Amino acid sequence: MNFTPPDFFPAILEMLTLGMTCLVMLVYLFLDQKNRGITYFLTQITLLGTAVVAISLHGSPEVITFDGSFILNSQAILLKIFILLSVSFVLMYSRTYIRENDILHGEFYLLVLFSVLGMEVLVSAYSFLTLYLGLEIFSLPLYALIALKGNKPVCQEAAIKYFIMGAIASGFLLYGISLIYGACQSFNIHEIISMMSLSIHTEPLLLTLGLVFMSAGALFKLGIAPFHMWVPDVYEGSPNAMTLLIATAPKLAGFALLTHILVEALPVLFPQWQYLLIAVALLSMAVGNIIAIVQDNIKRMLAYSSIANMGYMLLGLIAGTPRGYGAALFYMIIYVVMSLGAFGVITMLSRKGFELEKVDDFKGLNTRNPWLAFMMLLILFSMAGVPPSAGFFAKVGVLEALVKVNIVWLPAVALVFAIIGAYYYLRVVKVMYFDEPLEKTPVILESFDTQLAISINGLAVFFLGLFPTTLIELCQQAFLA
Amino acid sequence: MIEKLIFYVFAALLIGSATMVIVSRQSVRAAFFLIVAFCASAVLWMLLSAEFLALLLIFVYVGAVMTLFMFVVMMLNLDQESLQEKFVRYLPFAVLLVALMVGVLVYAMKPGHLGELGLAISPHPSADYSNTKALGLLLYTHYVYAFELAAVILLIAIVAAIGLTHREKSRNKRQRIDAQLAATKADRLQILQLEAEK
Amino acid sequence: MIDLLIALVWIVLKILLIALPLLGAVAYMTLAERKILAYAHVRIGPNRVGFAGLLQPLADGLKLFFKEIIIPSKANPVVFVLAPIVSFATAAAAWAVIPFDEGWVLANVNAGLLYVLALTSLGVYGILMAGWSSNSKYALFGAMRSAAQVVSYEIAMGFALVGVLMAADSTNLQDIVLRQQGGLWHWYWLPLLPLFVVYWISGVAETNRAPFDMAEGEAEIVAGFHVEYSGMSFAIFFLAEYANMILISALASVLFLGGWLSPFEGIPVLGSLFSFVPGIIWFFAKMAFFLFLYVWLRATLPRYRYDQIMYLGWKVLIPVTIVWIVVTGLLIEWRVAPWFI
Repeated sequence: MNFTPPDFFPAILEMLTLGMTCLVMLVYLFLDQKNRGITYFLTQITLLGTAVVAISLHGSPEVITFDGSFILNSQAILLKIFILLSVSFVLMYSRTYIRENDILHGEFYLLVLFSVLGMEVLVSAYSFLTLYLGLEIFSLPLYALIALKGNKPVCQEAAIKYFIMGAIASGFLLYGISLIYGACQSFNIHEIISMMSLSIHTEPLLLTLGLVFMSAGALFKLGIAPFHMWVPDVYEGSPNAMTLLIATAPKLAGFALLTHILVEALPVLFPQWQYLLIAVALLSMAVGNIIAIVQDNIKRMLAYSSIANMGYMLLGLIAGTPRGYGAALFYMIIYVVMSLGAFGVITMLSRKGFELEKVDDFKGLNTRNPWLAFMMLLILFSMAGVPPSAGFFAKVGVLEALVKVNIVWLPAVALVFAIIGAYYYLRVVKVMYFDEPLEKTPVILESFDTQLAISINGLAVFFLGLFPTTLIELCQQAFLA
Repeated sequence: MIEKLIFYVFAALLIGSATMVIVSRQSVRAAFFLIVAFCASAVLWMLLSAEFLALLLIFVYVGAVMTLFMFVVMMLNLDQESLQEKFVRYLPFAVLLVALMVGVLVYAMKPGHLGELGLAISPHPSADYSNTKALGLLLYTHYVYAFELAAVILLIAIVAAIGLTHREKSRNKRQRIDAQLAATKADRLQILQLEAEK
Repeated sequence: MIDLLIALVWIVLKILLIALPLLGAVAYMTLAERKILAYAHVRIGPNRVGFAGLLQPLADGLKLFFKEIIIPSKANPVVFVLAPIVSFATAAAAWAVIPFDEGWVLANVNAGLLYVLALTSLGVYGILMAGWSSNSKYALFGAMRSAAQVVSYEIAMGFALVGVLMAADSTNLQDIVLRQQGGLWHWYWLPLLPLFVVYWISGVAETNRAPFDMAEGEAEIVAGFHVEYSGMSFAIFFLAEYANMILISALASVLFLGGWLSPFEGIPVLGSLFSFVPGIIWFFAKMAFFLFLYVWLRATLPRYRYDQIMYLGWKVLIPVTIVWIVVTGLLIEWRVAPWFI
């Protein structure tokens, strides 16, 4: 049997992450109790170093390797950069939280790194086999992370819920993959595309069923209505640092999962999945925005907001043009940046034995720490879509893409929901600035890097709103090639 | 002839025991039937001359995974009454859903495909053909990336399992200073207004 | 049709040819064990029934045969009765692929090694079923201990066999023996010495024998999984245990000591002097050595504690096997003579 070794270089990001993860594991095992802070720095070095390599790779031509099961293109690189950076921010925000709450931090950082590895694999998957493996690698650590904090029944309930829902999603996905395999006799996306034009005529129903099951799995993972039931419960039950983690980078990976399935593998079935996504997006926007209004728990509120935001993101995919896909990617990145900031503030305000959960806990934040309140204000304005914030341009992008393909009624409905949604974001702003604080003590952020991170994050939302063109163009390019 | 007979016997056994896995109300019994189902499917694989996979199925799933599974199941003491109650409550909905799914799937897969004609029967391999070797060659070349990723999943499972179970012993009698400092008068002291006895 | 019938009868004959001597071996293994233990204790052992106690196993068998089989109330009768049968069936079925001499094997299958591994891993179900169906605390505890122990040591055992598989480049047991041709120094015990030791230790653990017999642990949990069994049902467990011991010994001889091959092969004078001895005698001699080791261990070592067993399995044996698999790979890659040419 002749065998030429595959080109390993395109997978350098994954190899770097995995190698460093193993190093962190060994270092953590052989360190004294005192010096275990080193794991944090090693983890950050891994994430930022890999991000730097990823940035340097940007612009290189598309490569497919490992017998067609791995792809490195500008879309994958862009997503990987943002996944790595967002996880790095997550760790900066949650460092104090992890230390104060007696969470086994070695395991925490290890599992986070593994999850990052899974996301990278998923983003670069070019066959259903690696797609599924990536999905499992990135979700398994997340299930464990939620339950890592002591013996809290609430956390364990959330972890079990997340786990079971994740298992169901995997089941759906696998079943869909098997149906598509039955019709196309291949796992490789490249081969599926070439088989598709043939089998669409012989096996239309089988393919459609496969599409439905696979996208149901992906929608489950993204928490899109009607598969959204787990999102509020899991967000609420998880420790704040874990909520911060699962609310950010996995959304980017989920986006990659959805686009791999719909845009890359099954573009032939566009007419079918367009209708599917329209129904799902409408439902998400309605459920998310309306139920969020009555939430007193800020984590639940942001969970419903995430459901609604995923609905908006789908609008870009519904357009079915490269422009629309680019807009959806831009929307996703902006959403992750915003939710990073929002959950980051929540995590920072939590202290030992105190989990910030209620909207009322934000009362009078302005008097306690004006800068933090201001950053939260920027983020919330952006989430509400107030111009000229980044959130505004993200929404405009997806709506514009729809109008370009002559679908006008959907953007109109989406706008109505956006206005409804603005209410609950602005309520938090009102609570922060105009209500009397429950506690007078000022909030002091201990570590410098946390302060720096939240400032960068808040201002990023602001500046991406003022100068969005570079990022928008990068996102557009990702789908043009 | 004999091969066909073996096939039908073990296929029937497989379907029967798989059904019993779902139907039986006692979890240990369900696990036993799952083991039977594994063994029956191993025999079916054997008929396809996939002896490596068949034996691995028995070795790994029946020999190791199910043993640990039984370990846990035997410890459980499930309240069977309440389980049955819920089972019946959702029954109509479930039956409807299953019927719908099965109907659509059967329609989509076209029963014509399920006949023997649709199957390309692979020729019997020669005597020195090694299933194990062929599988190894494929796994370490064509699927090397996926294979390594699967290994990573196992590593994650180990780290996660240790992280979840390795907790500080709750039974040791260490002084918890933070709890002592956080204690207030209200935690420890209760002032009762008692009526004086007359 | 007649051909088929003849083939069938022939197979049944061959099975009997293996099974009956096996039962005899089990019977006299019990006697041998008692005798060796006795001598280790400076006693004489059974010497009343027959000449020098040689009929003792028959007497024991008769006694057990005529005892009543008691099925405890609230036990699960079906599983309770099935458990000893499963135990013995798996122990006996593995013998199908053991080669006694060149060509003397019931089923010369390609994946023989895997087959043995799969069947020995099934043996634990007999114990689990017995423990659970007895509806007794002690039995359940015994079953739990045994399940944990067997699963842990199966990994080390499997890895040890991976080394053999790599060295022989085959999973056919007959091929594995033939690869070791060339006398004592060509057998795999030498290049795979750590694996050989690990295999033997995990083999003892797999069969739940002393010093790893905590599944029985008569001091703590009375008799473990078979505490509720009596009469013939107990006897079958006993048979299964001894059949498993003999199987592990046979496998150790096949995999590491060159099966039926003569140790003097290739040595000038001795080689030709002993060439008249049939292979099966060598094979039985090697098995006898391992069986003696079993009893020797039992006479010498005290029982391990549960956590010590787990420590040994996971933290000593498994790392050793992993390291030696790598070493074996290097030995093969560098074609180290005389084993890997």
